Amino acid sequence: MHATGHRHLLASLAFGLSASVAFAQDAMPQMPGDGSTADHSKFEILQQEFKSGPEVTAACLSCHTEADDQVMHSIHFQWEFDNPATGQTLGKSKVINAFCGNVVGNEPRCTSCHAGYGWDDMHEVPPQQSNAVDCLVCHDQSGQYAKLSTGAGHPPLGDIPGQPVSGKTITGADAWAVDLMKSAQSVGMPTRENCGQCHFYGGGGDNVKHGDLSSALYDPDIHTDVHMSKDGANMVCSDCHTEESHTWAGSRYLMDAKDTVGLGHPGEERFSASCESCHSDSPHEGDLMAIKLNDHVDKVACQTCHIPEFARGGVATKTYWDWSTAGRLNAEGQPIAEHNFTQSDGQELHTYLTIKGDFDWGENVEPYYAWFNGAVEYTLPEEEIDPTEVVEINKVLGTPDGEDSRIWPFKRMVGRQSYDAGYNKLAYSHVWGPTTDTAFWTNYDWSKAIEAGMKAAGSPYSGEYGFIDTYMYWPITHMVAPADEAMDCVECHSEDGRLVGLAGVVMPGTDPNSLFGRLGQILVLLTALGVIGHGILRLITRGKGGTHP
Amino acid sequence: MTKRIVKVYPRFERLWHWTQALLIAVLMFTGLRVSGVHALIPFGPAVMLHTLAALTLLVVWIFATFWLFTTGTWRQFLPKVEGMLATARYYAYGIFKGEEPPYQKQYWRKHNPLQAATYFGLKWFVFPVIWISGIMYLTYNFWDSGADSTFVLAVVRNIHLLAAYVIFAFVIAHIYLLTTGHGFRDHVRPMVTGYEEIDLTPEQEAYFEANTPDRLKPLEPAE
Repeated sequence: MHATGHRHLLASLAFGLSASVAFAQDAMPQMPGDGSTADHSKFEILQQEFKSGPEVTAACLSCHTEADDQVMHSIHFQWEFDNPATGQTLGKSKVINAFCGNVVGNEPRCTSCHAGYGWDDMHEVPPQQSNAVDCLVCHDQSGQYAKLSTGAGHPPLGDIPGQPVSGKTITGADAWAVDLMKSAQSVGMPTRENCGQCHFYGGGGDNVKHGDLSSALYDPDIHTDVHMSKDGANMVCSDCHTEESHTWAGSRYLMDAKDTVGLGHPGEERFSASCESCHSDSPHEGDLMAIKLNDHVDKVACQTCHIPEFARGGVATKTYWDWSTAGRLNAEGQPIAEHNFTQSDGQELHTYLTIKGDFDWGENVEPYYAWFNGAVEYTLPEEEIDPTEVVEINKVLGTPDGEDSRIWPFKRMVGRQSYDAGYNKLAYSHVWGPTTDTAFWTNYDWSKAIEAGMKAAGSPYSGEYGFIDTYMYWPITHMVAPADEAMDCVECHSEDGRLVGLAGVVMPGTDPNSLFGRLGQILVLLTALGVIGHGILRLITRGKGGTHP
Repeated sequence: MTKRIVKVYPRFERLWHWTQALLIAVLMFTGLRVSGVHALIPFGPAVMLHTLAALTLLVVWIFATFWLFTTGTWRQFLPKVEGMLATARYYAYGIFKGEEPPYQKQYWRKHNPLQAATYFGLKWFVFPVIWISGIMYLTYNFWDSGADSTFVLAVVRNIHLLAAYVIFAFVIAHIYLLTTGHGFRDHVRPMVTGYEEIDLTPEQEAYFEANTPDRLKPLEPAE
């Protein structure tokens, strides 16, 4: 919670300074409540030795009567999203991804990040009792609340708060006993630490999934993130991801990819996480260059130029994951771990694990670019796939030069993962299960793991499995660089520019030898040759064309 | 007919010519950069310079057009078929034989028929094409109406490109032709000083003496 600590310190410093300047006396009392009208440590109901997370939630709900209902309607709790653009039902509870695959069959490991308590069976909807909502994961400001990595959302608990307990937290740290009373009394609006412990560690580790969401964003330098850096705007996630009744703006399934509303009406509070909702749809100001840059916004997303690379700030992202090689054991029959990628901070990252297969990592990665209208269509587990082609786990929709589309940056995850070779569809796999004899991470046997996974999902299984090459796309929108570190024109406006091959846009500088360019060059060349020939002839004939030598 | 040194290019015309020459050079250099032929300067500044030079040239052009029509100088640029064959024959053949050019510069007719035809083509076709396509290119976002406009823009861009190369070819020929006849320096000097030796009829001479003596260099005392 260092950033919060800093903010408190800064606030009190600033207050102290202005007080001493204004009144020239030291005895000025500090304004209580730090901007809030409620000090939660004074509520009697929060002054008790809580035995579990749900007990804390019950206490919260005694005042915040509608909060549980609101949260339970949000994607954070439901893990389900009806995409109006495609008609698909998505969400963590439905899709198979290119990382750990599927949630079903792997609870309570995967549901450890659920914004609730006790969802240990994907066949059921999340627990519906009102105290199953986890208020603290988002609102704790004590900095010592955590979720156990295998606890279906519950925090690690023990007799003595702060003491180590067995297991890991969802960020991979060794677990400690959480002091629930301290957490309950500390609550405030969510900070990066709250959002980050789930969203920075998706896919089983720091920045594994997104590429633009990593622990570097807890306290980024200005080059890593101009919005979140203390030297920049010092913003938190919810400054952009605005909230309405515990539902947040912004979605990776359905994005606001071409926001033409911009700032909206004066004073209007927009429910949008788009750049334009703060910066307007003509954000460059000042000179002729600004006008030219503003001309780009109809075709090019802000992110394309302003996030030249992702996985910045010293934390690498996983760029390649080959599940097919998983299961290899050493001569002693023990699992193997290889660490052949050195992150810029010196940390060695795994490049082979018996439980997961081969990996590649990348830092400061140049994005993949595509036309995007904001809608993402998944290859759902019941859909037929063509195993001879690279299967797109998700497709980013949009048409070249489409009215609703712009060119966006993406992390393109390259994967190799299991499929049902008889029915030609993605396979569910049962990877986590320390006590089962089918879980892959315990038994290293694909046939058992897939059979168990398919069974857990209730999906017909042919009995044959294989591995397919996959792509999965992650829109890049965080880690915005300062303006003067935005991409230079020539990154795209050159023959080998970043957008080569993207149809639907006229880009000077990319094809100097186009048909018309060549025609013109030939004309110039012929003229030059003619002139040279004429000149040589004049020299030879010594006629200067005139009587004056 | 007497040869007299006459101010054939008034100050405005010289200023116009050299501003235009400079701006066209800048436009050619930056235009080639923007289209990707060379990378001697960065892309962004090239676009800015290209735009600024074009806008400046547009202003110069507005003045020049006004000047051409108010002074009647525009007639200089009307093409004439008469004498064209002889001129063409001269540059294709006679020039190598050391013949005199078939055409003498006159005060009201500064260009030979080939020149006049070339300038006519440039001023009435190539320049308007490059201006219209350039302005369309620049103001794309004002008329763009979605996906179809990208195709239109591609057409506009190729027209602009081709017209630019035509002007490039003209510049090469234009500079080369300065080396013919009396030679490069003799050809360039009038456009610098304004004065050139011209055949004047006694009537013209008398007219200049009486009405615009400042356009006529006084006769040097006999050697």
